[in-house]
Amino acid sequence: MLVLTRKNGESIKIGDDIEITIISSKNDQVKIGINAPKNVEILRKEIYEQILAENQAASKDIQGLLNFLKK
Amino acid sequence: MLIKTKYHNEIEINKADIIHFEKGIPGFLEEKEFIILPLSDDQTFLVMQSISTEYLTFLVVSPFHFFPEYDFQLEDLVVEELGLQSEKEIQVFSILTAEDPFENTTANLQAPIIINTTNQKAKQVILNDGQYKTKHPIFQKG
Repeated sequence: MLVLTRKNGESIKIGDDIEITIISSKNDQVKIGINAPKNVEILRKEIYEQILAENQAASKDIQGLLNFLKK
Repeated sequence: MLIKTKYHNEIEINKADIIHFEKGIPGFLEEKEFIILPLSDDQTFLVMQSISTEYLTFLVVSPFHFFPEYDFQLEDLVVEELGLQSEKEIQVFSILTAEDPFENTTANLQAPIIINTTNQKAKQVILNDGQYKTKHPIFQKG
């Protein structure tokens, strides 16, 4: 992983059209501004992982429903 | 075409009924083609069956059947990606995580399946408004 040190208000550019700015940082929290094209999806990683985990759980068996429908 | 399914054995489906997830769905990025098949006679419960993987299915429902107040805004990104022209083209499903007993089953309202019924493009959209979670019980606790 590339590691860069930035100060508040400084930015990095990724490719031609993505810019990430450090708005402020306090204690262990960093506020980040992102400029990116509309077709780039930006998600908090833990939310994406939560959806991924829920999809995996949901793809398991549905015996509960089959029992329920038989009632 | 003939496909093998988890709950309907081998069935003949119409290719035009296949829905296409250009980027797959989280956890299943390689699974890009599914079909929605009814599971219960009243069509309340349906399965989203993978075309290529016989054992991969998701139990889905219309979220509005269980949550009449369910409401969210689609971002421009999604409207563009699915080529949506009008609200009438949209079909929404929520994935259920089935529990045993089934009464404890939850719906993922944070990540609905959005289908453009005109071109059959689909996407599992992740809502960021913080209003909805991945586990909403579908039966009210009485």
